[in-house]
Amino acid sequence: MGASGAFEPGTGSAPPERLWTSPPPATAADNEPVVVFDDVSIGFGREPVLEGISFEIRRGETRILLGPAGVGKSVLLKLTNGLLRPDSGRIFVFGKEISAMREQDLFELRGSIGTVFQEGALFDSLTVRDNVGYRLSEEHVPEDEITRRVTEALRFVELEQTLDKFPSELSGGMRRRVAIARAIVTNPKLILYDSPTGGLDPITSTTIIELVMKQRDVSHTSSIVVTHRLQDAFMLATHRFSRSKNAMEPLPPHQTNPQTSFMMLNRGKLVFDGATAELVHSTDPFIREYLS
Amino acid sequence: MALTAIDTAAKKGVLAVQEYAQLSGRALGNLFRKPFYAADLYQQADIIGVGSLPIVIMTGFFLGGVLALQSASTLTQFGATAFTGQLVSMSMIKEIGPVVTALMVSGRNASGMASELGSMVVTEQIDAMRALGTDPLKKLVMPRIVATVAMMFFLVILSDAVGILGGGLVSVSMLGQDGSQYFHTSYQSLQYPDVLQGLVKPIFFGFIVATIGCFYGMKTRGGTQGVGRSTTQAVVVSSVLIIATDFLISRFLIGIFGR
Repeated sequence: MGASGAFEPGTGSAPPERLWTSPPPATAADNEPVVVFDDVSIGFGREPVLEGISFEIRRGETRILLGPAGVGKSVLLKLTNGLLRPDSGRIFVFGKEISAMREQDLFELRGSIGTVFQEGALFDSLTVRDNVGYRLSEEHVPEDEITRRVTEALRFVELEQTLDKFPSELSGGMRRRVAIARAIVTNPKLILYDSPTGGLDPITSTTIIELVMKQRDVSHTSSIVVTHRLQDAFMLATHRFSRSKNAMEPLPPHQTNPQTSFMMLNRGKLVFDGATAELVHSTDPFIREYLS
Repeated sequence: MALTAIDTAAKKGVLAVQEYAQLSGRALGNLFRKPFYAADLYQQADIIGVGSLPIVIMTGFFLGGVLALQSASTLTQFGATAFTGQLVSMSMIKEIGPVVTALMVSGRNASGMASELGSMVVTEQIDAMRALGTDPLKKLVMPRIVATVAMMFFLVILSDAVGILGGGLVSVSMLGQDGSQYFHTSYQSLQYPDVLQGLVKPIFFGFIVATIGCFYGMKTRGGTQGVGRSTTQAVVVSSVLIIATDFLISRFLIGIFGR
C-alpha cells in the first residue's frame, strides 16, 4: 500500500498524521445501536435459512461474520440493507425498523449504507468513474464535484489511474477495490462487506483487508464483514492501520482490536457472538472444528 | 402425485401472473414519481426505435410486396385486380403491419431486454443498484416500457407506409397495374375505424414486448443458463401474447365499429 492519507469525502483536506486514531469521544448517539436484529428468521421455499437471529452492532464497531459456505451469511447482509425481508422478527438500522418499511423509503436509507458485493457487482456498461460516482450522480451532485470525490475515493484504494477504464479491463482484485471505493464515496455510516476477499489470491486479499482496516481505523465506520477466510478475520482483529506508515501493523502481543468482534453462523443459527478471545477459547465443538 | 404436480404448476402460473402485474403496475406508477430518467428514456428510444428501423422497413416492404403478389393472383380469377391496393392497404394497416412489426421488435428487443436485465440480475448488478438507493423498476424498466410503446407506434406507421409502397412497386413493376389506381384504391378504401385499429394495436403490443422482456429479465435465476432461458421465454411468451391480444383487440373493435 502506498496510498496517501485517509479518505474523507467532500473535505478535500488531509487530516494530520497519527500512528493510531482512536474512536471519537462517545456521545449519547453512540449508545444507539446501528444495527439490531431481533429474533429474525427467513427461509426460501420450505427451507429455513436463518432462524431466530438476534444481535446488535454499535457505532464504530466491526463485526466479522463467519460460517461455512451456504449457511446464510450473504442473506444476513441482504437483510441488513433491506434487499431481503425477514419472514419473522424485526430489523432496525439507524433506529428505523427496516423490516416494516416500504421499498420506496428503503432507497433513501440505503444512501447511508455502503455495500461491497461478493464479486464487486460493478455496472459493466459504466466506466470506473461512473460506477464509483453512481450514487453522487443520482443525487445530482455537480459533475466536477463528482470527479473530485471519485478521484479521492479511488486514491483511497490506490486506483485513481483507472478512472476511465471499464470493469472488464480490471483484474478481480482491482474490481473489488473499485467496489470498496463505490461503497465509501458517500461516506456511509455503515458498510457491509460480502466476502470481499473471496476468490482472490493471498496478496490481493491482504490488500483488500488492509483497505477494510483502513476504513475501520481511520473513519471509524461501523461494518459487518462476511468472510470464510479465517486468516482475513484474525488479521482484522489483531492488526491496526498506521497512518504514518500508511500500512497495517500488528497490535502488541495478546492484544486485539476492541472494536472488532465475531459472529458465527451454523445451520441457520447464530452459534457465537462475542470478542476475539472468547472465540479463540470457545469449547463449542463446532467452533473448535471450524477454527482448527 | 399427478394432482400435486398440477397444483404446483397452477400455483407457479398464478404467481407468475401476479408478479408480472406487480412489475408492470409498479413500473408504470413510477412514471409519475421523481426522479424521471429522461436520459435513459431517450437512450432506450434510440436503441428500440432507431435500432429497429432496418428490420421493420425490410419486413414491411417485402410483406407489402408479397401481399400484392398473392392477392393479385387470386383477384385475377374474379377480374378484380383493381382492388389489389385496397387489399394490401387494409391488410397492412389493420393486421399485418402491427403484428409483424411487433413480432420483429419482440424478437429483437424483448430478447435484448431479458438478456441485459437477466445478466444484471445474475451478476448482482440489480442488487447493487438497489443497495445504492436506486429503484431498478424506475431506472431500467419504466424507460423501456415508455420507449417501446412510443417507438412501436411510429414503427408500425412506418411499416404500414413502406408495406403499401412495396405492394405498389410490385403491382406496377411486376403485375403491370396502374400506379395511381393502386394508391387511389389504397387510400379511398380506408375508413376511420381501420386506421384506429392499426394505431391502437401497437400501443398494446409495445407494452407487451417491454413488460414481458423486463419481467423475464428481472426474474432470471441460475447464471448464464438462466439468462438464455429467460431470453427464449421472453420472445416466445411475448409473441404468443401479441397474436392473442391482436385477436382480442380486433374482436373488440369490430364489435364496436362493425368492421
